[in-house]
Amino acid sequence: MTNPSIETNHTSPIHGDVVIRTENVSIYYGSFQAVRNVFLDIPKNRVVAFIGPSGCGKSTLLRCYNRLNDLIPGARVEGKITYQGVDLYDPKVDPVEVRRRIGMVFQRPNPFPKSIYENIAFGARVNGFKGDLDELVERSLRGAALWDEVKDKLKESGLSLSGGQQQRLCIARAIAIEPEVILMDEPCSALDPISTLRVEDLINELKQQFTIIIVTHNMQQASRVADYTAFFNAEAGETGSRFGYLVEYAPTEQIFNAPQQQATQDYVSGRFG
Amino acid sequence: MTSSPNSANSKGQSAVSQYSVAPQRQFFGNFMTGLVLFCVALALLPLASILFMVLSQGLSRLLQDFPSVFTQLPPPPLVDGGGFRNAIVGTIITSLLGALISVPVGIMAAIYTVEFGQGNRISQFVRFCTNVLSGVPSIIAGLFAYGIVVLAMGTFSATAGGVALSVLMAPIVIRTTEEGLKSIPRDVRQAIVGIGATNFQGIFSVILPAVLPFIATGVTLALARAAGETAPLLFTALFNQYDARNPLREPTATLSVLIYNYAISPFRNQNELAWAAALIVVLLILGISVISRSLTSRKVY
Ligand SMILES: Nc1ncnc2c1ncn2[C@@H]1O[C@H](COP(=O)(O)OP(=O)(O)OP(=O)(O)O)[C@@H](O)[C@H]1O
Ligand SMILES: [Mg+2]
Repeated sequence: MTNPSIETNHTSPIHGDVVIRTENVSIYYGSFQAVRNVFLDIPKNRVVAFIGPSGCGKSTLLRCYNRLNDLIPGARVEGKITYQGVDLYDPKVDPVEVRRRIGMVFQRPNPFPKSIYENIAFGARVNGFKGDLDELVERSLRGAALWDEVKDKLKESGLSLSGGQQQRLCIARAIAIEPEVILMDEPCSALDPISTLRVEDLINELKQQFTIIIVTHNMQQASRVADYTAFFNAEAGETGSRFGYLVEYAPTEQIFNAPQQQATQDYVSGRFG
Repeated sequence: MTSSPNSANSKGQSAVSQYSVAPQRQFFGNFMTGLVLFCVALALLPLASILFMVLSQGLSRLLQDFPSVFTQLPPPPLVDGGGFRNAIVGTIITSLLGALISVPVGIMAAIYTVEFGQGNRISQFVRFCTNVLSGVPSIIAGLFAYGIVVLAMGTFSATAGGVALSVLMAPIVIRTTEEGLKSIPRDVRQAIVGIGATNFQGIFSVILPAVLPFIATGVTLALARAAGETAPLLFTALFNQYDARNPLREPTATLSVLIYNYAISPFRNQNELAWAAALIVVLLILGISVISRSLTSRKVY
């Protein structure tokens, strides 16, 4: 099935259902434009990686998808982001509901200062989960490949786990509320190589059920986990302030082996200056 | 004094290496360390002598009449023996009343300024008031309670004492709670919102439980302050030679006011009771401080 949104001047590389559509989005912090004119479609049940140099607005754009930028005073979004056809920034849309459907795993592991069990049960409870909590906790921990390591100490604090375990706990917490999309902002940047590989395996499994957008600085990681890759870059604008923009968005294969843009070529081959 | 041979030496060294610690510098460092230690000793001296005085004067009476100081009422002048159970009960009641008012108000004020107000006009104003309030002389707090409670009720009472104490306790509770709330990392706040929880759910289910050690510390510190205050109680709770049958609407004895009254009394027995009461107040405050320290060490972050 081809994508119906191709009428814009930006051709979309996506085949299949589109979950999130980003149309001409610019993001501002006060008067500072951090991200300019992004067109980007996120396909269903695929992994999309955002790569690019530091400060080019990857996190900023990612946070727009679950309206986490609402918390930052002065942050403002222009353009249109739709999630399954619904405008995310429509005044009638409840941001709390958006965040339930679009979960997030952060760069640094940030478990709640509660027990391992409660870390998962809390999200379920606040979202009105009516089923068997014990079962949900086990299923989520299994889903995040953490169950075997923590099944005997569910009552212990989530903060007592190692960094890698904490990050997997955060992933378990995110999948427990059964979102449709999971946003991951450099989820492995605080992890050792082994934990990183486990999280990557996990991402590969999770994409059966979820749509995943992952920000990463690690090219190998992007090439290992992502179906599609978006390369962002930053450039000084007319006023001299740097803004980020989408350079190229294509199947990961193509970004790494046959990029259309010179900047992408330079970045993925490590010749970025 | 010693500088000439030493500086020659240091010049000689500097020919070899560009860096060398001049001996004067070491001497200066040692001198300053000594000075600091001396100042510490100077600061500890009053504390040690107070403890010594209170122990030496109060302990004998306390041990001699062991259970009865706690269980009997103060005797009339010139009668020996007796105790101050009314004052012990009164101190507990006024302090708890103070806590009952100041703790909920203080916690909610702190939640507002940190979680909701974040630097807006109202929260800045609240913070300013907290600073002013913590510097207010305690007798002013007593005057305030006299004005709004004693005059309104037409009687001195533990209620008025509690109101006066709560004015002094609230800033302590607000400060420590604010400190606790600020210690919660931004990442965790983002996680709360990211999970689809409302602000309210996050504060009550995640943030407040994590801040509990701070709140407990603040409450115990505030109680320690309340237990030792005299001035705000002088014309609010006043004093009572007997048990207050209804402390909420009757003058009530407290340890601190008992100490004040009996210390300046000409009767030997009352002077002794004052010393014994002083020892109890000191021990009470010491105990509360120890508890608050152990609570602080259970911090989550
Ligand atoms: N809360 C904020 N307030 C103001 N400006 C911000 C804020 N967060 C980010 N910015 C600015 O927006 C731009 C993009 O930042 P962003 O964090 O999105 O970059 P990034 O691509 O995620 O970088 P990194 O790879 O280092 O995480 C930067 O210039 C940054 O200074
Ligand atoms: Mg980032």
